[in-house]
Amino acid sequence: MTADTGAASAAPMKSNDRRLTYEEFERYSRQMIVPGMGKHGQLRLINSRILIIGAGGLGCPAAQYIAGAGVGTIGIVDGDTVEISNLHRQVGHATSRLGWKKVDSLIAHLKDINPLPNYIPHPFHLDPQNAADIITQYDLVMDCTDNPATRYLISDVCVLLRKPLVSAASVQKSGQLIVLNCPPAPQGLVDKKYPPCYRCCFKKPPPPSSMVSCGEAGIMGPVVGMMGVAQAGEAIKIIASALHLPPSSTNDLTAPIPERNLQQPTLLIYTYDLESAVGPYSFRALRMAGRRKNCFACGENSTLTLEGIKTGNPNYVTFCSPPTTDHALPPEDRITASKYHETRARGELPAHLLIDTREKEHFSFGAIDGAINVPFGRFLMNAAAIKRDGGPPDQILPAEAALGDDTPIFVVCRRGLDSQETVEKLKELGVDHGGKRKIMDIVGGMKAWKDEVDPTFPFV
Amino acid sequence: MSETAAEPKMAITVDFSGGLEMLFSNQRRHALSIPAHDKDGKPSNIAFLISHLCKTLMKDPRTDLFVLDDHIRPGILVLINDADWELEGEEAYEIQPGDNILFVSTLHGG
Repeated sequence: MTADTGAASAAPMKSNDRRLTYEEFERYSRQMIVPGMGKHGQLRLINSRILIIGAGGLGCPAAQYIAGAGVGTIGIVDGDTVEISNLHRQVGHATSRLGWKKVDSLIAHLKDINPLPNYIPHPFHLDPQNAADIITQYDLVMDCTDNPATRYLISDVCVLLRKPLVSAASVQKSGQLIVLNCPPAPQGLVDKKYPPCYRCCFKKPPPPSSMVSCGEAGIMGPVVGMMGVAQAGEAIKIIASALHLPPSSTNDLTAPIPERNLQQPTLLIYTYDLESAVGPYSFRALRMAGRRKNCFACGENSTLTLEGIKTGNPNYVTFCSPPTTDHALPPEDRITASKYHETRARGELPAHLLIDTREKEHFSFGAIDGAINVPFGRFLMNAAAIKRDGGPPDQILPAEAALGDDTPIFVVCRRGLDSQETVEKLKELGVDHGGKRKIMDIVGGMKAWKDEVDPTFPFV
Repeated sequence: MSETAAEPKMAITVDFSGGLEMLFSNQRRHALSIPAHDKDGKPSNIAFLISHLCKTLMKDPRTDLFVLDDHIRPGILVLINDADWELEGEEAYEIQPGDNILFVSTLHGG
């Protein structure tokens, strides 16, 4: 049951021209009769090894179809455990398996769909130390992860080990899909229209401040599901049609890549809209450039090596999250959630305004008694308008709050960052009336409120 | 916006995707009429369009989520008529009437 490491594509006993067993024939008949597929396509799937990195919103739907299609060896990498907030989209897990390792939960589900493949659990996160040792055991990699550092790592290793990579991502109401490094060309070759790697398309990661995760921004199940299913579709197609290999001699990975396999790199984007039906711009296929001459990973002067990656060169963490210049408010402008609660409960807090800057969807689940919702984005926009057009600074405050000049203001947000910026902005506008009015932020936001004050608070 | 009446304009569409629409009134598609030339009389290119969008279309003050150091911020792809701008000359591409320019931020969730 262990993976036969080393051998690249054609291990012994894996004939690409044998009779199918009766079960295989019955189980795969409906896909085998599709024009272009046939017995040969099916045998290529049975003899192939696919690695799915991430057993979440992309990996679950992707794995279901990879397993159902009969891919012979399926590896799954994930270090997380199943949580209840995963289940609306991570369809390979179940309420009865809460708390399980995600790889074990997903493999249990896949075995129920199709017991024939060899399933290999890798119950930890991919990192620079283990990435090459795992990826080398497979023919094709599916990037179903959720963070840029791992995405760059996977792509770099796939370039060096010459593995095709099917990459997808999804947040909130959007999804993206791209096939990379297929067919894989040796690092440094740039004389033809070779396919791009992840770095060719996405040179630099966005600054961390502009990135949102599914945990923060939310995610619609069918959106990420659609991208995961599309990923499986691409992977099955690449393996069944041998799009990643030279046409005749499937063993010789160094043979020149035929023109027919050098296709237009395409980024598929899907935009879902909660306010309108499917429309002409829901799906878009975008033409991308090929391999970049000066690409850090696959370009002509690349110095990227597997040894380098293992020993921390490049450093994926600092590449994706350069040190920030965030400055915290001085302590006298801050109050902890528990202190706010206690002094307020004892009646020691004067009448004050409590502003909650979370988005209205978050606010709708619950808030501290008396809090007024002023979503951060709208607040910033109003602050900029007042700065630009002039007008009394107190205009920024919610109209329903009748305040004296010295009525204190407390600001709370989700986790304690936006609230600090709000306090700074309010002072900048002069809402503190030259120090007459105290403006403070609640340290750690509603997350801290839940941890320190009210464990039953519905924090999302 | 401009006071010079005779300034020639051209009609284009600008789209935002991947969350960038949030910075532009939550509207994914904008039909715009932009100056055909920049202030030096050169044909309007993508670099001009980016600063024009910041000045005229973007109501959200968080311009650093769109532009950093006068260039489009890392993590945003620019597509000219559905092709990566790299295929078209990037910032120097001279905009043609009827062009569709798409700004899409790259996603990492999953």
